[in-house]
Amino acid sequence: MIQFEHVGKRYGTSEVVSDLSLSIKAGEFCVLIGPSGSGKTTTLRMINRLIEHDSGRILFDGAEIRSFAPEALRRRMGYAIQSIGLFPHWTVEENIAAVPKLLGWSKAKIRDRVTELLGLVGLDATTYRGRYPQHLSGGQQQRVGVARALAAEPQVLLMDEPFGALDPVTRDALQAEMLRVHAASGTTIVLVTHDMDEAIRLGSRIVILDQGRIAQAGSPREILTRPASDFVADFIGRDEMGLRLLSIETVGERMRPGEEAAGEPIAASATLRHALSLLVSRAADRLPVTGADGAPAGVIHLADLTVGRP
Amino acid sequence: MSGTMNAGARRGIGLLADPLILSGLVLAGLVFGMPLLKPVFAALFPGLDRPLYEQDSFLNLTIAHVVLVGASSAISLVIGVLAGVFVTRRAGREFRPLVETIVATGQTFPPVAVLAVAVPLLGFGAAPALIALAIYGLLPITEAVVAGIESVPVGVREAARGIGMSARGRLLHVELPLAAPVALAGVRTSVIINIGTAAIASTVGAKTLGLPIIVGLSGFNTAYVLQGALVVGALAVFTDLAFERLGRRLDRWKRDSA
Amino acid sequence: MSAALSAGGEAAAAPDAAPFNPVLLLLVVAGIAGAASLYPLTRAPNRLLAGQPVPWSAVIEGGRALVMLPALILVGGIAFPRRRGIQFLVAAAAALLAAALLWLAGDAALRLADPAAPAARISFGGAFWVLEAVFALAAADALQRSGMSPAARLALGALLAVPLLLVLFSGAADSLSILKEYANRRDVFANALTRHIEIVGGTLVPTLLIGIPLGIAAFRRPALRGPLFSVLNVIQTIPSIALFGLLIAPLSGLVALLPALGSIGLSGIGVTPAIIALTLYALLPIARSTAAGLEQVPAAAIDAATGMGMTRGQVFRRVEAPLAFPVLVAGLRVTLVQTIGMTAVAALIGAGGLGALIFQGLAASAIDLVLLGVVPLVALAIAADVLLKLAVSMLGRNRA
Repeated sequence: MIQFEHVGKRYGTSEVVSDLSLSIKAGEFCVLIGPSGSGKTTTLRMINRLIEHDSGRILFDGAEIRSFAPEALRRRMGYAIQSIGLFPHWTVEENIAAVPKLLGWSKAKIRDRVTELLGLVGLDATTYRGRYPQHLSGGQQQRVGVARALAAEPQVLLMDEPFGALDPVTRDALQAEMLRVHAASGTTIVLVTHDMDEAIRLGSRIVILDQGRIAQAGSPREILTRPASDFVADFIGRDEMGLRLLSIETVGERMRPGEEAAGEPIAASATLRHALSLLVSRAADRLPVTGADGAPAGVIHLADLTVGRP
Repeated sequence: MSGTMNAGARRGIGLLADPLILSGLVLAGLVFGMPLLKPVFAALFPGLDRPLYEQDSFLNLTIAHVVLVGASSAISLVIGVLAGVFVTRRAGREFRPLVETIVATGQTFPPVAVLAVAVPLLGFGAAPALIALAIYGLLPITEAVVAGIESVPVGVREAARGIGMSARGRLLHVELPLAAPVALAGVRTSVIINIGTAAIASTVGAKTLGLPIIVGLSGFNTAYVLQGALVVGALAVFTDLAFERLGRRLDRWKRDSA
Repeated sequence: MSAALSAGGEAAAAPDAAPFNPVLLLLVVAGIAGAASLYPLTRAPNRLLAGQPVPWSAVIEGGRALVMLPALILVGGIAFPRRRGIQFLVAAAAALLAAALLWLAGDAALRLADPAAPAARISFGGAFWVLEAVFALAAADALQRSGMSPAARLALGALLAVPLLLVLFSGAADSLSILKEYANRRDVFANALTRHIEIVGGTLVPTLLIGIPLGIAAFRRPALRGPLFSVLNVIQTIPSIALFGLLIAPLSGLVALLPALGSIGLSGIGVTPAIIALTLYALLPIARSTAAGLEQVPAAAIDAATGMGMTRGQVFRRVEAPLAFPVLVAGLRVTLVQTIGMTAVAALIGAGGLGALIFQGLAASAIDLVLLGVVPLVALAIAADVLLKLAVSMLGRNRA
């Protein structure tokens, strides 16, 4: 879907992105992460030409992005940012309708799409469509921001630290929404963050950037189990490595089916990290597990968390 | 029956409590009803042979005054918005400090001075008044348009660009609407100053509501002065309130939830 | 975090930064166009008749054009939009040019003066005004590009007026019509200027005595705020000439009823109603800036002062008042500039001042007399503006 070929970008004498090659496939949830100054935001903004690349090629749908008019290109890509940037003089509905309107959709189609999108991001359409952004909480505003970005069924959704300014509870809820939205829409998503937990939770692929170069790209599991360099190992946090590994696997993958145990059960879809937390806090060595239907499905033992680790 | 009368009466009183409507009624009353007040002025100023300014009707003077202010403000508005937009674009950025200097220094010039300097350049009459008012009125409008456009949050600009709005679309649908309330405050200042300066412009030969005042001052006819002052004062207060009302409509989105 | 970085990066990139100074280029082009299409001076048989143009050739004859050589620096400066040293050079050149042009005009007036026609007047033409404006703006642009602090810019800007003032006071320009007008009316002018300053001063004292307590009261009692500022705002809205006019009848009526008031100087026309009206106008900016100044005092500072045991009065004197002062001075600047301008209008009700010269000149179509009123009026307003702006930025610097 998006292809970077030896892309470079410099400001004066400093090279912000250098010789970056990366291929993002259709339907991927690609997370760009790195310390500040690593070029992750620049990389993202080069995709929709908010920043123009100096060298190399960036392909969208097989064609160099410079062959598109910038506005036309951006209308085919959704864009959500940390400061959200809802238009304060427009209602929620008008904000979400911004790109469809630019593309000349019919009024009825826009209206239906707004209703659908508000449902998708978990806001009640009748309550919220007529409100002005001032009257929404930060989390609600970002839900609308995501809905606006998705409005014209973009082929790619670009997100620049969209949840960075939200409180942890809201961020958690929105991350869950994003996973749902991604699963439901199948849109290719490129997201920039500096939060490793967010990257592990959301990304089907994580690209770690350092000083404008790719330090490592791979699935969360690959990154966590085989960090390519000391920098990557440091960046993902040597102390946290084990906990993060636990967070990419679910209880259901490791439980012992058919067994039974006493106590408050944990869902099979919960992460192993969650299971560990419960085990420690309850001073237990096993937990009963319930399946998606709520019926007992098995038991997870403390020892199961470490079996088969390198 | 009496119930509906009461409701009607209450609505009437409610309307009078609205300062905009009240000031409008006072203005209309003064403009149209001044001849009716002749006995009042005669009683107040028993020493005067002619207690009412009758060289011209107050309606004509008011129309001339409003046309002068309206025309000059329209010129200021067009140029001010263009200038404000220009210096906030990429191409005009270099000119912004200079425009800001001119605007700030220009506003320290007394309006009378601008008016007086226009005369040697353009002669007496409505033309120098129109030009002087337009130039002077330009300053607060340009200043406010720049401030209004600057007040658009960075995130909003970035989002507008990111979702693929064209430069024109961003200006027309995002920047200018968001700048409008601030810009309107500048227009309000400009128009109010110009209403006053237009009154003084009758000293350079423009026909405005200042005429009865000037004629009265030079002829020691205090009644003329009072009549002119009342009408021009009412006009200024009414206009100011009208702008305030308009401003509240423009940034409705700051308050309304529906 | 990364957003801030990329924003900084974009600014650093600024690929559209022009390799030349478009502002200076425009000014130079405008200056050349103005000089070529208009005349530097006009010559009239007497002070009331319209003048005939005097061509440049008569002004710059005999190599006098050499004094305009600093113009080359202005032209050269176009190529260096960002070099700091060059900006100072351009500003200095513009200041010298402004003075040189005045000297040229004065010198030409002296040479062209005809002893047989003592009433003849030589006045500035369009080209003179255009060029002086270009020089002033070029200096302002250069100062802005120099990257100095606003206070330093203001101070240096004031310094740049020195060459022009030197030419003016050296007598080199005395043959020009506006200075002849001045010479003829030296006493009238001195009286008008003194009266003008007296009225402004006479307004300022009651304004501060009433306005500051009003502002403090508005700050302490929010219920008072709305009504007080509404009333003051309505007064500000009323045109000055109307307010002066509205005061005549009631004041004369009052004096007729109580002649004692008349004997202490009260009357419907003259200085008293002028000061009353000007004070009414000036109350709004002073009261509002007092209230605003007190309002922006950080709550934490008051909290800390109270917490360390200061009394209410001590908190006011030692914390609130000093912290609110710069805002009050900013309001004073607005008030002073506004009052200087409006005092000119007060001439219409017989208060005198520079406005009297202007309106007399307008009535007699004597442009030189108009200018004799206008130029010092504008100079006074700008001087007040610059001085108080300087004061505000000094106060701000002490703070930081």
